[in-house]
Parts: sequence; structure tokens; C-alpha cells
Amino acid sequence: MVIGAVTLWFILEKVILIASIIGLSFFIAMYTTLAERKVAGWMQDRHGPNRAGPFGIFQPLADGGKLFFKEEITPIASNWFLFLLGPALAMIVALVTSTVIPWGAPVITATGTIPLQVADVDMGILIVFSVVSIGVYGIMIGGWASNNKFSLLAAIRAASQMVSYELPMSLALIAVLFMTGSLKMSEIVSYQMANGWNIVFQPLGFLIFFICALAECNRTPFDLPEAENELNFGYHQEYSSMKLGFYLFAEYINMFVSSAVMATLFLGGYDIPFVNEASWGLAPWLYSLISFGVLMAKVSFLLFVFIWIRWTIPRFRYDQLMNLGWRKLIPLALFNMILSAAILLWLKS
Amino acid sequence: MSISAILFWVLSIAALFSALMVVTSRNPIYSVIWLIVTFFTISGHYILLNAQFLAVVNIIVYAGAIMVLFLFVIMLMNLNKESEPARHRWLQLAGTASGGALMLVLVAALKDTELKSQQSLLLEGHIGLIKTLGQELFSTYVVPFELSSVLFLSAMIGAVLIGKKD
Repeated sequence: MVIGAVTLWFILEKVILIASIIGLSFFIAMYTTLAERKVAGWMQDRHGPNRAGPFGIFQPLADGGKLFFKEEITPIASNWFLFLLGPALAMIVALVTSTVIPWGAPVITATGTIPLQVADVDMGILIVFSVVSIGVYGIMIGGWASNNKFSLLAAIRAASQMVSYELPMSLALIAVLFMTGSLKMSEIVSYQMANGWNIVFQPLGFLIFFICALAECNRTPFDLPEAENELNFGYHQEYSSMKLGFYLFAEYINMFVSSAVMATLFLGGYDIPFVNEASWGLAPWLYSLISFGVLMAKVSFLLFVFIWIRWTIPRFRYDQLMNLGWRKLIPLALFNMILSAAILLWLKS
Repeated sequence: MSISAILFWVLSIAALFSALMVVTSRNPIYSVIWLIVTFFTISGHYILLNAQFLAVVNIIVYAGAIMVLFLFVIMLMNLNKESEPARHRWLQLAGTASGGALMLVLVAALKDTELKSQQSLLLEGHIGLIKTLGQELFSTYVVPFELSSVLFLSAMIGAVLIGKKD
């Protein structure tokens, strides 16, 4: 059966890919919550959760079960539709970003190649940015619909923080795009396979991008939107049960996806470092599997750094946050951009 | 009916419906949210025309940045259904009449143009791809492009100057 240029097999392939990426996102996010508490325990010289199953590996299931069985409360004075839309948007936005990330080397079969990427579009990384810019609404709408002053304040904080840190993030990205010359994620990866990882040539850009990713995910030291000693609990204060679970879970999925984006942009994506893997002569499916594993290793490392920072650095004050974003990161990112442009021009002429 | 024709009709109906909801919603927050939906449907139309860059930038700039500012203002001023001023009946009538007149003029002006013979090609062409667009902008249209960027810069500096306490 053919609908336009789209075959049924193509649709099936994409549906399987999308389902497995969503499943993967949930799985990783689940175990990031456990890793967070384990690492916190390790850094604070205690055990962390160790009761549910061996080494506490069933702890995320217990947490999820707890959230499911909580009573769901909708404040009377709230707007029930927008109150529901907030967490739903947060979750959808968190899951959509992963569409353009190449998760591994394409699988070559007898009938053709299957790319391990849902959509390899011309816009690539810009899609990620557009989805990130939509991500503000989940928080803003939820915070406003709660009809609570603390929630509203936190939502406005979150929105201004995310809008402010999007700017240095995209300026840092431009310097990377100067080098790769393409917005396509697959081409960014293949450029790095041929010419070395971007982090080697753009260390400052990576640092700026990483700081902005922390701010975009509302992670410590930028977790001002949920500063519990100032705002009680932040924008999701009125939420309970699985709606709260969606907000908290979306944060972990965001962490996972932003780690994957950073690994793809700066750490060579699914490239295996220091070796020429094409000369190994592996079976294509085995090579794809190994490359996927390598990407996951990079993502796990970045997730660990996220957690490490959370349990090391205290929270900023709000004016410090804005100062850092507008007065330090943006000029620094502009400087990085102009410097890379000048060097590239000098090398090419 | 091909898949792009189905998409076109769905997007068109959604765009018109959400645009109508922007105008008719009593609650300003709903208006803003419907406007965001409208931007998404328009981006969908851009993608049908294979203008991918325009589609993504439309979402980043309009839906992602400008509408956030709209939402900011409405939330901070706490505008809602109650604070919406009651409009006079004759004012509503005048609005309908002038809007209808504008539509009449537009339809009359566009009816006999050659737009029909210049219908865009769906899912074809590379004009909307970022490479072609960049080359066009920095060769054929470089002067207007740079001039408009200077205009944006001056507007930005102006906004900072106004916002600064003296």
C-alpha cells in the first residue's frame, strides 16, 4: 500500500523507532532519579535508597506507584483545563525533542538502510531549539492556572530564566555550525567523525552550552523556579498525584535529551573515539549496536555531571542568575562566535 | 485526495478556527493560547510548501518568544474575563462592519490577480531550504538584509535606553 511517497513499511519502521525512543526516554529518566539519589548519598557519605530490590533498583517503580495512588486535587479557584494542559505540555515537549537526534549508525540491511533517527530533516538542530522555546508554556500555563501567587511568581521566574539562557545557548551553537556547515544532525556527527570532536575546537562554546543547558532544565544551581525556601515549592506547588509526577518526570527526560543533544553536538555523537571503526569489518547491526552503546555511555557521563553539579554547587540568587546570563554569558558567547569566525576565515583563505 | 491535500485542508480549517477563537475568546489567556495554535498551523502550511526554515523560525520567534512576552504581560496584569471592559453594542456593530468592509476590499482586489496561475508547488523546490535561502539573502538581497539588521539593532538599543532608569 502506498500513500503518496510513503510506504506502509516506512510508517511501521518509524512507529517502532518512535515507540522505542519514548520507551528509552522513560527508562533512562526513571533510572536517573535513582542515580540522582544514589550519587547524592555517595557524596553525602550515606547509602541512598537501598530497600526496594537489590541495591534499590526497584525504587523508581515504588516512587511511581506512590505518585499514582496519591489523591488528585484540583484547586477550586483554578482553571481546570489549563491546569491539566500545563503538565501535559511539559511532558509532550520533553519527548518531542528527541526526534532529530541520531541514536546510532544506520543499520544496513539487504533491502536498504534504516537510519536510527526519526527525522533527519534539513533544519535538524533548529527543531530542537524551537521545541525548547515552546517548553516555557508548560511551566507558565501550569503556574498561572494554579491561581496561587507562589506558583505564578515561580512560573514567571522560570520563563524569564529560560528565555534569557536561550540566547547564549544559540550563540554558542552558531560557532559550532560555522565549523560543521550544516544544521543536519547526521552531518554534524559525520563531520566530527572525519575531523575530530567539536569540544576540542570549541571548549568555550561547550562550557557556555552546558551552563545554558543546566539553566534550561531548571537544574541546580539554576533551580530558582522551585526554590523551596523562597517559593514553598515553585510552579507545581498546587499539583499532586501524576500531574506532579509529569512535571518532575519531564525534568529528567529534559536532562536526558539535552545530554544527548550535547553529546551529538560536541562529543561526536555515536562516534567511537580514537579508532577507525569502519576498518573493523563488523556486521552492520553489531556496529550500530556498539555505536548506540557509545552514545549512551557519553549521555550517562553527562547525566552524572548534571547530578554531580547539583550536589556540589548551591543555588544562585535571582539577580546573580540574570547577571550571569546577560552580562557574562552573552558577551562571552559573542566573543567565542567572532573568534571562531575569524579563525575559520583565516584558515580557509 | 493526496496526503498533502488532506493536510492542507486540515491545517486550513484548524488555522481559521483557531484564528476565530483568538478574536472571540473572552479570556485574554485563552486568546493568547489560540494565537499560539494559529502560529503552529501556519508553520504547518510553510512545511507543506517546503519552506522549512521559515516554519521553524516562525515557531522560535513568534510562538516561542513573542507570545511568551504576551503571556507575561497578561499574567502580570492579571487580566481575565472580569476585567475585560464591557463593549457597547454599537461598537461591536461598527467593528463587524469595518472588518467586513476590509474583507470585501481584499477579496475584490485579489479576485482578478494572477495568483491562481502562480500556485506554489507542494513538496517541491529548494527555495525554502536554509542553504538556498542563505545564499539568496547574502548575495541578491544583501543590502536590504543588512539595513534591516541595523534597524533591529537600533530598535534594541532604543528599548534598552527607554527601559533604563535615569
